[in-house]
Amino acid sequence: MSSKKPTGVTEKPKKGFSRRGFLRGVGVSGGAIGAGVLEREAEAAQPAAAVHGPGEVAITLRINGKAHSLSVEPRLTLLDALRDRLNTTGAKRACDRFGCGACTVLMSGKAVYACSVLAIDAQGKEIQTIEGLAAEPRTRALINAFVEHDGQQCGYCTPGFVVAAKAFLDRNPSPTEQQVRDGLGGNLCRCGSYMGIRKAVVGVSRQTGGAKNA
Amino acid sequence: MPDYKWPPMDKRRLIGKPISRLDGAEKASGRAKYSSDLNLPGMLFGALLTSPHAHARVRSIDTSEAEKTAGVKAVRVIATPGTEIRWAGAEVAAVAATKEEIARDAVRKIKVDYEVLPHVVREDKLSEVGTRAKPAGETVSGDPDAAFKEADVVSEGEYGIPVLAHCCMEPHGQVIAWDGKQMTYYPTTQGVSAIGPDLAKTLEIPATSVHVQQQHMGGGFGSKFQSDLWGAECARLSRASGGSPVKLFLDRATDLVIAGVRPSLWGKVKLAAKKDGTITAWQSETWSTGGFGGGGLNADLFPYVYREVPNRRIQHTAVSLNAASQRAWRAPMHPQVSFITAVAMEDMAASLKMDPLELFSKNANYTARAEVYRAQLKKAAELAGWSKLWHARGDSGKGPIKRGLGIGISTWGGAGHASQCRTTIHPDGSVVVELGTQDLGTGTRTVITQVAAESLGLPINAIKLNIGDNKYPPSNPSGGSTTVGGVCSSTRKSALNALEKLFAAVAPALGAPVDQLEAVDGKIQVKGNPAKNIAWKAACQKLGMQTISEMGANDPRATLGLNTGGVGGIQIADVSVDVETGVVKLNRIVIVQDCGLIVNPKTSESQCFGAATMALCGALMEERVMDRVTGRMLNTGLDFYKLAGISDIGNIIVHLDISPEHDARGIIGLGEPPVNPTIGAISNAVANAIGVRVPTVPMTPDRVLAALERRKA
Repeated sequence: MSSKKPTGVTEKPKKGFSRRGFLRGVGVSGGAIGAGVLEREAEAAQPAAAVHGPGEVAITLRINGKAHSLSVEPRLTLLDALRDRLNTTGAKRACDRFGCGACTVLMSGKAVYACSVLAIDAQGKEIQTIEGLAAEPRTRALINAFVEHDGQQCGYCTPGFVVAAKAFLDRNPSPTEQQVRDGLGGNLCRCGSYMGIRKAVVGVSRQTGGAKNA
Repeated sequence: MPDYKWPPMDKRRLIGKPISRLDGAEKASGRAKYSSDLNLPGMLFGALLTSPHAHARVRSIDTSEAEKTAGVKAVRVIATPGTEIRWAGAEVAAVAATKEEIARDAVRKIKVDYEVLPHVVREDKLSEVGTRAKPAGETVSGDPDAAFKEADVVSEGEYGIPVLAHCCMEPHGQVIAWDGKQMTYYPTTQGVSAIGPDLAKTLEIPATSVHVQQQHMGGGFGSKFQSDLWGAECARLSRASGGSPVKLFLDRATDLVIAGVRPSLWGKVKLAAKKDGTITAWQSETWSTGGFGGGGLNADLFPYVYREVPNRRIQHTAVSLNAASQRAWRAPMHPQVSFITAVAMEDMAASLKMDPLELFSKNANYTARAEVYRAQLKKAAELAGWSKLWHARGDSGKGPIKRGLGIGISTWGGAGHASQCRTTIHPDGSVVVELGTQDLGTGTRTVITQVAAESLGLPINAIKLNIGDNKYPPSNPSGGSTTVGGVCSSTRKSALNALEKLFAAVAPALGAPVDQLEAVDGKIQVKGNPAKNIAWKAACQKLGMQTISEMGANDPRATLGLNTGGVGGIQIADVSVDVETGVVKLNRIVIVQDCGLIVNPKTSESQCFGAATMALCGALMEERVMDRVTGRMLNTGLDFYKLAGISDIGNIIVHLDISPEHDARGIIGLGEPPVNPTIGAISNAVANAIGVRVPTVPMTPDRVLAALERRKA
C-alpha cells in the first residue's frame, strides 16, 4: 500500500475489496508474470489490509511521467483506467485476465499485466505504457526491429509484446535466442508472429550492443 | 487500353521486394486505433447477458432492477419469454451504461426464469449423441469392396480432431452510433464493404445509411464476416439511448463460446494397398459437428489431395450439438481432412514397412499436380534432413527422448476476389489510391502500395492509400486467401488507367504517342529514349484544373493472368517426445509452399510462419472442452484454452518456390494453404518417434501416455 492514503478509505474489513484477497485470487492461476511479482510484494507488505470503496475513490496515477487524477471504483483495473478513462489504448484487452500479455505495461520498471493490477494499487508507482516508451530511443529501436523482422501481423498483441521485450532486454541486454524464448513466454500472439519477434529481440540487442554501449 | 500484365521479374523495383509492412510502426507503438480502442464523446458501454444453460426455454425475464441502476441508459431483451435457447452463451439481454462496470452490474441484476431442457454437447463418442446424428450420405466410386479383397495390405485406424475456436486477439464487437437515421459503424471485420449492408438488412434500414470505418482489426481467421446479433443489438442500444455511440465488445469467455468455432472430425479410415505401396482403395466413416446447425464438413474432400484413389467409399454423419454454430476457420475443413488423410497414409506406410516419403511420392499421380508434390516432397525432405533423421516407426533408439519426422499435405485455391480500386492523380502530383478493403494483418496495405507505386513509377511514399471505409470502391471480404490477388489486380488496372490519362496530357510535349510512354523513377519518358522525359510533378502540372480519377476492377471471371488459384504444399515436422512424461516438443517445421507471383516475400513468409504456428496449437495443446453435465465450455479463458507461446514452436523453415514458371501464373493467396498440413505432419512425427499413433489431437501428455500404455497392453 502506498504511504499516501487515498480519500474514501474506510476501515470495514469485511466489505469491499482487499488487495490481498484480490491478489490471492489472481495468484491461484499463476503463470502471469505480473500477478506473481505482485503477490510476492503483497506478502511482504504490512499485514493489516486497508479497505477502499465500494464507491468511487479519488486516485492519482503517474503515467508516462505525468500525474493524472481520476475517480474510480476500487475494482477498476489499471488497464481499464488506462483505456476507458485516460484514452491510453496502446495496452490492449484481449483475454480479460492474466492470460495473454496484450496489456503489458511497466510498473516501477517491471512488466506487469495491467488487467491484473487494480488502478488504486498503481498509485505511487511509475507507470510506463507503450505510448511513453515509444518516445525513448531504445524502445524505438525495438519497435523498428519488430517492423524490420515482421514481428507482428494483426498487431493487437504487439504493443504488449514490445513492452515485455523492453523489460526483458533491460534485465538481459544480450540474450541468446533461447533466453528470448524463455523470457517472453508471458505473451501470446494468435497470428503466429513469434519467428519475427525472436529475430527482432535478438537483432536489436546486437544492434545496440547490449547494455554495455547503451 | 493499357497492357496490365505484371512487369517482368527482373524489371520490378518494388513488387517482389521484402518491403516492411507500412503500418508496422504505427501498430507496434500503440498509435494504431482498432475499433475496440475508440473512445468517442458521450460513448456508452454495452454488455450482454448470456444463457448459462445449453438448452432451455425462457419463461420470464425481469429487467426492472437493471433499468433502475444509476448510469444505465438502455436495456434490451433479446430472448423474449417463450424463446428456446439452443446453446450456453446465447444472447439473452443487453445493457448500455455510462461505464462498462455499471453495464456489467446491470446485466447481473436481470432475472431470467428458464425451463431447463435436455442438452447434448459432446460428439467424441458417436454412440452417445442419439438422435442428434444425421447421416449425410455415402459416396462410392469404383469398387472398394473388391479392392479391399484383392489388397496385399489393409490398414485401419481411428482418428479424431476436436472443435477449435478462432480466438482472435481482438474480441468480436463494435462501436455504433445510430440516431435512427444515419449510422456510423466501427466494426472489427474481414469485410468493410460487405458488413454495412449485412447489418442494414438485419435492422431493415437502407444500406446507404450505414457508414463503416475500420482502420485496423485484431485478427479474424474467418470468424469476422457477419455483423452478428451483438452488432444489431449494439445499434439498437445506441438508438434507444438517443443516438449515443455504444461500445460493445465480447469478453473472452463469451467470445470463445459464441464467436466462432470450426467443426470437429472423428472417424475410421481403411486403406488398401499393393505391396509396392500403390494405394488402391479408401474407405472412411466419419462424423463431425459444426454446432447446432450440424456437420458443416464436406467429407467428399476425402481422400485429401490424393483425390483420384480409384476405389472409394465415403460416409459421413453430421452431429447437431447445443453449441454455437461453426464459422469459416482459416481454410475451412482442410486442416481436419488433411490431418486424417495424412495420418491414415502414414499408418499404411508403417503397415507396409515403407518409408512414407516414398508412399506419398509414389501415389502422387492421384493428385491434381503430381510433379509439384513430388518436387515439394523432395525439397522438404532435403531441408528436413529426412534421409539422415527418418527411421522406421518406433525405431528411435534407447533413452526416454524419442525423435521422429512426419509429413503433411495441402491444397488450396486462392484466386483473387472481386475488387475495385480508384486511383486519383492531382495536378500537384500527389496520388491517392482508394479501396473498400481491409488489412487483417496480412499486409494488404503494403502490397497495394507496392503495386500502385511500381505501376506509376513512383516511390512507396508518393502513394497515399485509403482503405477501411465503405465510402471507397467496394472490395469483397477477405476470405479464402482471395484478397491479395483481388486488390493487387484492381490496383494495377486502376493505376495504369490513370497513368494512361496522364500520358495523354504530356504526349504532345514529349512528341510521342501515348503507347510509346512509360513511367520510370518519377519521370514520364519515351520508351527506348529515356533522355526525352518530363518529371512526374511537371507532368501533373500539365493537367491544369483537371484531376485524373480512374477505376480498375478485378473480375474473377477474367483475371487477365494477373492472379490465379490452385496451389499445393508439403510440410515436414520434426519432434522429440519424452515417453516418460508424454511431453511433445516441436523441433522444426519445414514448409515447402507452392506459390504464384510473390508481391512481398517478407509478409508472405509471415503468412507461412503464422499459419503453421496457428495450426500447431491444434496438434499439441488447443481444444474446446465441453462439460456433459452443465452443457458449458469449461476452458473459456486463455489460461486453459491453450495457444502456443514463443517457446513452443521450435523453428519454422519456409521455402517458397519463387521461380519464373510460378511467377507467370500471377498472384495466388497464401493465407490459408500453409495451415493445412501442420497437424498431420506433427501427428505423423509423433507416431514415427514413439512407435504408436496418438489417435486424437491435441497430443497432450495424457493422450501420448495413454497411447503408449495401449501399445504395452
